Amino acid sequence: MLVASLLVASFVIFGALYLAPGNPISALSGGRSLPASSVAVLEARYHLNEPFLAQYWYWLDNVLHGNLGISIVLRENVSTLIASRIWTTAGLVLYAALIIVALGIGLGILSGLRPGAFDTSTLVTTAVSAAIPAFVAAIVLILVFAVKLGWFPALGNGTDFLSNVRHFTLPAIALAISSLAIVARVTRASVREEGQREHVQTAVSRGIPSRQLIRRHVLRNAAIPITTVAGITIASLIAVAAVVEVAFSLNGLGAYLVASAQSKDLAVVQGISLVLVTAFVVINLIVDVLYAVLDPRVALGSRAQ
Amino acid sequence: MSDQAPAAAVTPAEATPGTPLLDVDGLTVRLPIEGIHRPVLRDVSFSLRQGEAFGLVGESGSGKSMTARAIDRLLPAGAQVKGSIRFDGNDVSALTGAGLRQYRGQAAMIFQDPRAHTNPVRRIGDFMTEALRTNLSVPAGQARARAVDMLTQVGIDDGERRLQQYPHQLSGGMLQRVMIAAALLTKPRLLLADEPTTALDVTTQAEVMAILDGLRREFGLTMLFITHDLELAAAICDRTAVMYAGQIVEIRRSSLLHDDPLHPYTAALAAARPDIAQTAHRLRAIPGRPLSAFEAPLDECAFAPRCPHAQDACLTAVPGLTETGGGLSRCVRTHELRGKLQVASDA
Amino acid sequence: MTAAVPVTVRSTTRGARAVGMLRATGPAGIASAIIIAVAIFMAIFGTWLAPFDPITPNLSLAWVGPTGAHLLGYDFEGRDVLSRLIVGARTSMLGPLAVVLGSMIAGALLAVAAAWRGGTLDAFISSGLDVLFAFPGILLAVLAAAVFGAGLTAAAIALSIAYMPYVARVLRGAALKERSQPYVAALEVQGASGPSICLRHLIPNIMPLIVAQATILFGYAMVDLAAISFLGLGVQPPEPNWGVMISENQVGIPQGYPLPALAACVCIVAVVIAFNVLGERLFEQAQAAPR
Repeated sequence: MLVASLLVASFVIFGALYLAPGNPISALSGGRSLPASSVAVLEARYHLNEPFLAQYWYWLDNVLHGNLGISIVLRENVSTLIASRIWTTAGLVLYAALIIVALGIGLGILSGLRPGAFDTSTLVTTAVSAAIPAFVAAIVLILVFAVKLGWFPALGNGTDFLSNVRHFTLPAIALAISSLAIVARVTRASVREEGQREHVQTAVSRGIPSRQLIRRHVLRNAAIPITTVAGITIASLIAVAAVVEVAFSLNGLGAYLVASAQSKDLAVVQGISLVLVTAFVVINLIVDVLYAVLDPRVALGSRAQ
Repeated sequence: MSDQAPAAAVTPAEATPGTPLLDVDGLTVRLPIEGIHRPVLRDVSFSLRQGEAFGLVGESGSGKSMTARAIDRLLPAGAQVKGSIRFDGNDVSALTGAGLRQYRGQAAMIFQDPRAHTNPVRRIGDFMTEALRTNLSVPAGQARARAVDMLTQVGIDDGERRLQQYPHQLSGGMLQRVMIAAALLTKPRLLLADEPTTALDVTTQAEVMAILDGLRREFGLTMLFITHDLELAAAICDRTAVMYAGQIVEIRRSSLLHDDPLHPYTAALAAARPDIAQTAHRLRAIPGRPLSAFEAPLDECAFAPRCPHAQDACLTAVPGLTETGGGLSRCVRTHELRGKLQVASDA
Repeated sequence: MTAAVPVTVRSTTRGARAVGMLRATGPAGIASAIIIAVAIFMAIFGTWLAPFDPITPNLSLAWVGPTGAHLLGYDFEGRDVLSRLIVGARTSMLGPLAVVLGSMIAGALLAVAAAWRGGTLDAFISSGLDVLFAFPGILLAVLAAAVFGAGLTAAAIALSIAYMPYVARVLRGAALKERSQPYVAALEVQGASGPSICLRHLIPNIMPLIVAQATILFGYAMVDLAAISFLGLGVQPPEPNWGVMISENQVGIPQGYPLPALAACVCIVAVVIAFNVLGERLFEQAQAAPR
């Protein structure tokens, strides 16, 4: 199922070439004029004189062998250009995912297990932060923590691992903040709900100590919806990362995608789109697998809605 | 429905003094309902002797399930409890921590809907041996062996295989048997069975009841059996209490409940059940609907509005429990109505 | 069968019903509705209400703080921030409107068709929509910008396509439930045609859900479109737009002039929260609606 999604997505990405106004050559060149030799190279590389589906096939074949074409702007292999930037994006998304899982799920569990002042304040904060888009968060974070307080740098990548962590902290927070709120709320609701279930009563009636109870019956069962939501939320980070990268001038795939879109460097846009969509689909696949592992009632591939 | 004591266990027919295993005295419970605390149990008192099977019968809202939960300390948060519950002489409400857990191992509860009461993501083996492994520190291997053994006793032969399965792979009847087996594993002294067969279909009901009854006698367990079915209680319990609107209205030897009821409500319950052996012209329903404890007025007999024998005296105060003919009844007219309550079945 | 089966619930007038629904959303819902109304008002009448020229730059006034009638000061090109915000409401609201209309109409049609016919058509539409789930909205919009050039139209169309599967999934469930109601069978027996039943009875009966969904969706569309404009791929400068204003005035922050960017942020967040809150309340109402 997900493979089918991937295939269709690749088809759409490929087909974008033909949706562009004008002919494929002008799309590939981004409207620039090219010498005849370059045109011939493009025609050969993209098999432009053959039927549409054949072209798709060649293109797909190339892609699967790692050949994503050549950037018109920088005149380098798209694959190389992607490879040099992919770790920035991956690092950013991973960092944000870590924040979401640790803080989001953590807050949700604490809040779900202890009704009271802590819970109410968590509810209010998450209600507000769920509505803060990543770029707004970026602006505010830059203003407060970079400019006013000077704790973190405002822009750019770092040089080594530690300085990277410093540079990526504000972007990761900006990226994570609204997803964190959603995950925290869902976690809290799931923990509450599981705590009320009758099978928990059974365990209580048999004298199971409460710490065990919470771990083996409440949290273990709540893990099912929590993992699903966390997984889907993290998958959605992939697209929003582009916005954060631009706001913080990070040299990642997202920022490069946007720049290439502006300069109409179509091969790069196609290449990066493919990578991002694949990552999105892979993460969804992992969520499906985790769901089937956690819930023995469910067969693989049928994530209940 | 014989009142002969079976050979395997001692079940005295009449209430005799002695140290009761479970003594409930003046139990009154109030729960927050829509923000206000309302009574769900009012002045409930009864005692169970060791080895006795005691039935608790009532319609929905009568408080019978709530009584069992109060005994096992499973009341919802915010519950206010007055009165005492003593298990083997110890005050149950004073127990905390390890003492409470130990008590819960001694007083095992069997619930109504086995599917809702088992964790769907844990295997049967885990469900059955959990209490053994955590509270009683029984090593896993030994616990499993005991579980398999107990499963055979409830009529499930391929225990090893079943231990590996998940609840959704078992039928309702089988799951209830598993629940009974699991409850018995901790060698409890008191069994609280809360409508264990209501959620099952009729043939399975009979099987499960037979197993429950048989095991109880074999292990000499004391049982509090909760049901809405008067005849079912009479079939396996030595004594039965009838509840209405959160109060006990009658306690009697089960065999006499049908033929010589002391309280008009009991008589009405017995008469309302369609008798397969008789031809009745119409079903005898009790007019009105059953009240919950918090709906009942505080200064008159709760059953009076629906009672065919009600008089003015019934509306002046809540009747106390009167002792008559070896049983207890909460009716001011109990002495004069004695013998006249079994309604003629062809009226 | 004596009494006529009521087929469509139409109480008093549509207006009275709408007001009733609104009142039932509580103070938070009403406050949100007011904020939204203000935003819509600015979107429609902004160009006439703005006190100063929002487009002509005047670099000598760049970054000057609030003075006199310039309540929010000047932006990076010396233009009055307040005026730009007011006029910018138009593109900031119009884009999401287009996205919502597009995705809801397409999504509703597909969902109802799938629910009505069932069988192969349903399977086909459902798997088709499942595939679309692989495309996050922003990605599709960037792709569209690369192919068709940056601009609000391409971005709006791309987002509509990306949102359609979500809408269709929710509405398909509701349509399926509605389809199994007895009045539908009664109408079929009377000889009414499929499309007419759908248009005149089924859709109006799931309208509360549609409205709730549209409101929630508007919030998401607004965030996504603002993000795309922030990236430079949506509304193009010098056209005022809240997302664009954030990105163009971002340079002011390290220089000590955060107000223009912040003001645009506040506008976006306020309106998005308003739509989210109102949408959630309407959604609860739609779920609880008696049949």
